[in-house]
Order: sequence, then structure tokens, then C-alpha cells
Amino acid sequence: MKNLLWAIPLVPLLGFLINGLVYLLTHRTRGESHGHGGGYGTDAHTAATAPDSAHDTGHDAGHHDIPFKGLHTVVGVGSVAIACLLAFGAIFDVGLKAFAEGASHTITLWRWIPLGVNQAVGQIHGGAGEWFVDVTLRIDSLSALMLAFVTFVGSLIHLYSVGYMGHEEGYGRFFAYLNLFMFAMLVLVLGGNFLLLFVGWEGVGLCSYLLIGYYYEKDFAADAGKKAFVVNRIGDFGFILGIFGVFALFGSLDFPKVFAAAAANPAAYTPYLTVICLLLFVGACGKSAQFPLYVWLPDAMAGPTPVSALIHAATMVTAGVYMVARCNVFFRLAPNAMIVVAVVGAFTALFAATIGVAQNDIKKVLAYSTVSQLGYMFLACGVGAFTEGMFHVTTHAFFKACLFLGAGSVIHAMGGEQDIRKMGGLAGKIPTTYRTFLIATLTISGVPFLAAFFSKDAIKAAVFHAEFHAVPWLPKALYAVALFTAGLTAFYMFRLLTLTFWGTFRGTKEQEHHVHESPSTMTIPLVVLAFLSVVSGYVGVPIIEHGDRIGEFLKPIRLPISGLEEHAHHAPLSVELGLMAAAVAVASIGIYLAWSWYAKGEGRTPARLAAQWPGVYRAVTNKYFVDEAYERVFVQGLALGGGRFLWEVDATVVDLIPNGAAAVTKGASWVAAFFDQYVVDGLVNGVANVFQALYGLFRRAQTGRVQNYALVMGGGLFCLVAAYLLFR
Amino acid sequence: MTEGVLLSGGAGWLFAIFAALALASAIAVVAARSPVHSALFLLLSFVLVAAIFILQQAEFVGAVQMLVYAGGIMVLFLFVVMLVNPGVTRAGKSFQSQFDVALVLLPIFLLPFLYILGTEKLPDVPVKPDAFRMVGQRVVGNTEAVSWVLFRDYLVPFEVASVFLLVAMIGAVVLGKRSLEKMD
Amino acid sequence: MTITINHYLVVSFLLFSIGFLGVLVRRNFLTILMSIELMLNAVNLNLIAFSRRLSDLTGQVFSIFVITIAAGEAAIGLALTISFFRQRKTLDVEEARTMQG
Repeated sequence: MKNLLWAIPLVPLLGFLINGLVYLLTHRTRGESHGHGGGYGTDAHTAATAPDSAHDTGHDAGHHDIPFKGLHTVVGVGSVAIACLLAFGAIFDVGLKAFAEGASHTITLWRWIPLGVNQAVGQIHGGAGEWFVDVTLRIDSLSALMLAFVTFVGSLIHLYSVGYMGHEEGYGRFFAYLNLFMFAMLVLVLGGNFLLLFVGWEGVGLCSYLLIGYYYEKDFAADAGKKAFVVNRIGDFGFILGIFGVFALFGSLDFPKVFAAAAANPAAYTPYLTVICLLLFVGACGKSAQFPLYVWLPDAMAGPTPVSALIHAATMVTAGVYMVARCNVFFRLAPNAMIVVAVVGAFTALFAATIGVAQNDIKKVLAYSTVSQLGYMFLACGVGAFTEGMFHVTTHAFFKACLFLGAGSVIHAMGGEQDIRKMGGLAGKIPTTYRTFLIATLTISGVPFLAAFFSKDAIKAAVFHAEFHAVPWLPKALYAVALFTAGLTAFYMFRLLTLTFWGTFRGTKEQEHHVHESPSTMTIPLVVLAFLSVVSGYVGVPIIEHGDRIGEFLKPIRLPISGLEEHAHHAPLSVELGLMAAAVAVASIGIYLAWSWYAKGEGRTPARLAAQWPGVYRAVTNKYFVDEAYERVFVQGLALGGGRFLWEVDATVVDLIPNGAAAVTKGASWVAAFFDQYVVDGLVNGVANVFQALYGLFRRAQTGRVQNYALVMGGGLFCLVAAYLLFR
Repeated sequence: MTEGVLLSGGAGWLFAIFAALALASAIAVVAARSPVHSALFLLLSFVLVAAIFILQQAEFVGAVQMLVYAGGIMVLFLFVVMLVNPGVTRAGKSFQSQFDVALVLLPIFLLPFLYILGTEKLPDVPVKPDAFRMVGQRVVGNTEAVSWVLFRDYLVPFEVASVFLLVAMIGAVVLGKRSLEKMD
Repeated sequence: MTITINHYLVVSFLLFSIGFLGVLVRRNFLTILMSIELMLNAVNLNLIAFSRRLSDLTGQVFSIFVITIAAGEAAIGLALTISFFRQRKTLDVEEARTMQG
């Protein structure tokens, strides 16, 4: 089975091709899909969201007849399900224990870029490098973990989409794109070298754009898709520079070769690795929505909810963390880069949490929560706790997907409404959704014995125990930030829960009528994911001997580096318990505050606080105006301003040549005209004037008086005679 | 050219008197303000010149001079002077603006004349006193002598002169008509 | 006193000069014509003097012709004078400047 690795990405690809082709050939022209109103406004806090969202619930609009719906469903869901089965098959074929001991399986499909011997390339590591890139699929413990939950969660979400998108006219298109996404993600995860990873990286970026802009007729959706792609691209730029650096340094892009080389001979590479790691991290920031490249993720909520769940919670956004974990050898050799990663992660976590507190759209709250949790994961990687980071990735995939799908279910029940201020008291009306949502919320808040409690606690412990030689006080500061953020997380999640499910219903009569539980295709995934949100934490139980199974599972990816001593943090038990207690305390405070303010107090206190500090409130609800700042600086300034500047340059400098030529020609023609007018004509006129003067002179001889003529004749006669006499 | 005496003795004195008077009357002709005075002085000078001719025994020419000049031309002049309103002729200036220039010019004419006078040599021919009255060897009188030369040697110019007179007569008639448009 | 050809020539020259001066200087048409007659007269005198000196009658014949021509010319001139007077109502030759310029 492990030799069928190539089939794992291939099956979803086939699903994409079939679904896409059938859809292209059979779909009716648009104009029939209606109800796509501005349900998702550009500002989450404006209350003017009409009950019609982009999502067509189909109940009041009547049934659309979607051609080949069955085919799309079977192919779409089936392809991913098959991929999931194949994945698990391959994993168990190699064996969990084997993975934990560092086993891996690689299959090489073909030589992609063959180039001969490149002298310059081999210099750093001493050997002459024959440079090539193969299409290599590789499974080891890290990619096995990713593979497992990506395919599984993916299958669940595909199933959910059958119900959720059941009335959409673009049903086939949706499943086609979703399958394409699975293909790209699987290539990313299974890729055995940086280039193939990058192919998958770009692929998921493309699918993200396609799926965010699924409701392409809506401007905000199309814009959000573009924004996601562009911001992602910025990150990709850094990433590809990092890949160039890796290649230049090692002469190869193959994971095992590169990491082995780095681990064996760190001294040769260490000077360069800081820069390379920072570049790679830029790419991770773009893909995983860290500050300052996070701005696309909240806007990406314009896409359908399953998309948000799959791509922007469970899979694509975790690719950044996966990449950093994969390159842990590099990062461990570049402590300064690690500091940057940790600081950025922590800052993002706190930053996003503060924004999430004031959002009024279900999906937006969850989006900022995702950004915050991703920050947690990067914080973990930054302090060297790569396995703890991956652990949180896994638990987060489950509970975040559960939360998003639950939110989708709520929206579905509310007929498209997404503003939580218009909800309330839904607990009794949609019980399954409520219960799964509650479980997931408890998890994310860090309630003990649920999944995230273990993963978050593992991260916090790692942060607490971390040591940065350059900045000794940093880990404690980061720990404080992480702790506070955990409290905020609990608070805003429970705020969400309270406003959505508890209290009294605040919507319209019509909406109240409409509320109903979702079909089983939607509720089954919810239940499964809720279950996993509970149990998935037990693979990483601390303190207990062999409790940290996931840590052991992932240990092989953390290659030992010669010369670098690894000290495992075996902290005393008391400290561990103390940390746990702190986490629990913080979570409790958060939950209590949320409950007292929103459930019991019905929002009076927050309203009072908002009135007391309007500036702070405005800043938070407006996401700290980051988008506006970007718009000003980059869009207006660089893009448009740059364009205008270049236009000016073209008009003046470049056009200087033709304009200059024109001016020179004008000058030359002026000189010529001047010359012609004054010199040439001057000569001609001058001659005439001379003659005229002479005429004037001679005119005096023409007196008209005969006697004057007679006198002159006499004079002439005299002259003649004199001449005759003189020259006789 | 001083060889050859033309006149001597008392005839010489007469010549001198006549010449002086002639010159004086000539000056008077030029300088007189009124054309009538000019005409009269001109008449006088004509008569004096005719007298000089006769002194030289050129009687025929002198007679012709008197007849034609004094009797014909001067009468004509006087007719015209009377025809033209005498008041008109008296008005205005008498002399041209180039008077001073002309006055300077005349003495300059003297120079070549004096030069010729001093240097020219006439052919050495004796002065025959009776040259004007002899035809062949006969003494016939001046008139016959002149006519012999005129009608024999210079017949053609004589005829031409008569044609000229005819032309002059016609011309005078034409020019004197009041308006040329009335001619047919 | 002894008169030679020179005296005749001088007299003739002077007469001629006076006549020429009159032609050049006088403004009255008639006076100009009279001055012309004076000049012709001086020429006649010259001719007769030379005729005597050279004992040739040709001079006298020539002189007759000169007188003839003078008569004709005087007739024409006077006719012109009358015509001129009829046009300009004046005998001032200053008025006869239409050919000026």
C-alpha cells in the first residue's frame, strides 16, 4: 500500500477533472442563482446585514435542478474518501511504530528537472553536485500525521458540503475546486523536496482564491479572493527566495539530503541559515496568516463555510507550520530566526485575539481565532517546540473545523444571517449543532481534559521552559502573552457561544420560523469532529510516562545536530502542575467574564465599557485600521502612486526625446526663418534699397526742366571739347 | 590765327563800334525784364550784325539777315508777345534757379576757346579782297557770286531747305490751332 | 585799327555765350527763343568771318541756310509758345515740369 503513495493525490485530481468537465458541459448560464445579497458586509460591526447572505439556502427559492448532482456528489466525496483510505493504508503499511523510529518511505516518480553537473553548486558542501529535481513523494512521521488529518477532515467536510451546498447552482464547480484543493494539499504534504512542496503551496493558494471567490458575482467575494492571493504571493516571494538560498547553499532541494547535510556539518551553513530561515518564515507568514500578512484571512470568510472550515482552519493555513516544522534543523541552527518566529507568533496571537473580542460576525470571530491559534503554533516552533506545535495543529484542525461547520449550520438555520447580535437562544432549536459547538468551544478555551487543553498547555510549558541566550527574559514574557491570550480566547469564544445560543432570540419573526436543524450530511461531520476534539488530546498527555505519544511519534523529524546539545525540558512536576493551574485559572476567568457580561448581564457591561473608551472600542472593532493602512500605503501609495509616478516619468523623461526633438526642430526652424527673413531677405531688400537710394539720388537729375538739361548738355559739350583738344 | 588782315583803318573802328553795340544789346536781350524790351534789343542786335556783314562786303547775307531776321522773325516775335498777355509775362521771377551755376559755367567755356585761339593754324591762304564779288574772273557783285555757288554747288541743300520751310509752315499751323480734337 | 580773324572770333564767341546764358537762365519762353536767335546770329558771324579769311563763298551760302533754318525754327517755337500759353496760361517755363522725376 505504501507504494501507492502516488495514488493519494491522484484520486482527488481525477475527481477534479471529472467534476470540472461535467460541470462545464452541463451547467446552465448564470442568472438563476439568486439571493446573493450583501450578507457579508465589508465591516463586520455594521449592523446592516440583510438576512439574505451569499449562501443560497434554497428553501424559499425553490429547488434548482442541479444536473448530475449525484455524480458530483459521489465523485467529489468519494475521491477524497478513497484518498483517505489510501492514506491510512499507507500509514499503517509502514507502521506507527516504524514511523516513531524514523522510518520513511519515498517513491520517485520521474526526473523533473535534469541538469548536468554544476560546478558552482557543489562547492559549499564539497562534492560536485549533479543537479536535478525529481518528483518524489515521501512519507515520514510528520507528513503521515498531516496526511491523516488532512484527508480525514477533508472527507468530513466534503460530506458536510453535500448538505450545505446542496441548493447551489454551482454545486459541481464547488466540488471540482474542492477536489483540486485536496490534490494540491496532498502534493504539498507528500512532497519530498522543496520544489514539490512549493508546487503544492502555490496550488493551495490558487484554490483558496478560486474558492473564496466562489460567489464571483459578489464584488466583496471576488475582492477577497484577490486579496488572499496577492497577500499570499507576497509571502511566496520570500519563500521562493528562501528556496533559492537552500539550493545555493546545499546544491539540492531534497529534504533528507539537505537536512542531513545541515545536521552533519552545521558550522559550514550556520552563517547563512538565519537569512534563509527568515525568508522561509516570510512564506509561512503569508500562508498561515501571521502579522503583517494576516489581512486576507478575515476577508476570506466571504467564501462558503465549508471552504472556511477546510482551507482556512484545518489544512491550508497549517501548511506554514508544517513547513517550519519540516525545516526545524535549519531553524535550530539559526536561533535569531527562532526568536523572530516566536515573537511574531506571540504577537499575532495576542493581536488577533483582541480583535476577535469585538467582532459581531460568527465567521469573523472564528477567523481571528484561527489567526490567533496559528500564532500559538508559530510561538511553539519559535521556542523549539516543533512537535508541540504540530500537536496543536492537529487538535486545532479538529476543533476549528467543528466550530466552522457548526457556524455554517447556524447560518443555514438562520437563513443566511451571520450577525450574532441578531441571534440568541438557538440552543434549544438546533440542539446537535449547539452541543457540538459547545464541545468545540470548551476545547478551544482550554478546559481540562479536552484536546486543546493538552496541546495548548504543552506549548505554554515549552515556552516557559525555553531559553534564549540572546534575550533571557523573552521566554517568560512570551509565556505571559500566551497565558493572557488563552484567557482572551476563552472569553471571546464564550461570548460567541452566549450570544449565539443562549439568552433570548433577537432575530426577526420570519427567521425564528425558519430555524431548523441541519440535515444529517451536515450533522454527522459535526459529531465526529466534536468527538475528535475531545479525544485527540490524549496522544500528548504530559507528565505521565509515555503519555506524549505524539511527541515520540514526531521525534525523528527532529534530527540530532552534531555539536548542538539537546536538553529535554524535564521540569519538576510542581512547575508543570503550576502551569496547568495557571492555564485553567485563566480559562475560567475568561469563561466567567463572558458568561457574566453576556449571558447574565446581557451585554450591559461591555456596552458601558465601549462607551467609556470609545477610541479603544473603535480601534478594536475596526481591526486597528490595518486594512485601511495597507490600502493607503501600498495600494494608493505604491501601486497607484507608483503608476502615476511612472506615467509622469514616461511623459517627461522618456518623452523628453521626442519632445526635445520637437523643440530642437522648432528652434532650428526658427533660426532658419530668422535667417531667411533677415539675412536673405535683407540682402535682397538691401540691394533693392541701395538701388532705390541711387534712384533717389539720380531722380534729382530728372527735374523736368529743359534748361537744366541744357546746362548739363553744355557741361557735357565742354567736356567733349576738352577731351578732344587734350587727346587730339 | 592772326595772319591775314580782314579790316583795317577806319573800317576797323566801325567794326569795333558795331561789335561793342551788338554785345551790349545782346546783354540787354538776356537781361531785360520784359519780353518786349528783349525783342527790341534783339532787333537792334540783328541790325548791327547785318551792318558787320556789309562791312565785310557780304552784302547779300546782310540783306537776307535784315529781311528775314529783322523783318520776319522779329515781327513774328512781336506778334506773339502781343498775343500773350503782357501782364502775365511780367509777373514772377525773371531768372531761373540755375542762374548762378550757368554764370559759372560760361567763363569755363572760355578756356578751350582761348586755347584754340592760341594754337590753331589756319591754312596759309592770302585774303583776296574781291573774293565775294567775283565769279570766275568776272566781277559780278556779291549776290550773283553767291547765287552761282548756291544754285550750282549747293542745289540739293537748297531744295532741302525749301522742303524744311514747307514742313515748318505746316507744323506752325498745326501747333497753333486751338484744339487738336476739332481737326478731322 | 587792324582787325584780324581773332577779333571776329572773340566777338562771335561772346555773342554765343550770352545767348547760351540766356537760354539757360531766363524763365520766359519768348526770351529763351530770342536767346536762341542770338546764338544763331553769332554762328553766322563766325561763318562770314571765316568765309572772308579763306576767300570762300561757301561760308556765306552756309550762312544763308542757317538763316533759313532759324526762320523755320522760330516759327515752330512761337507756335509752341502759343500752345503752351493756351494750356498753362503762363509763359513761365518752370511750369513745364511734368516730366519731373
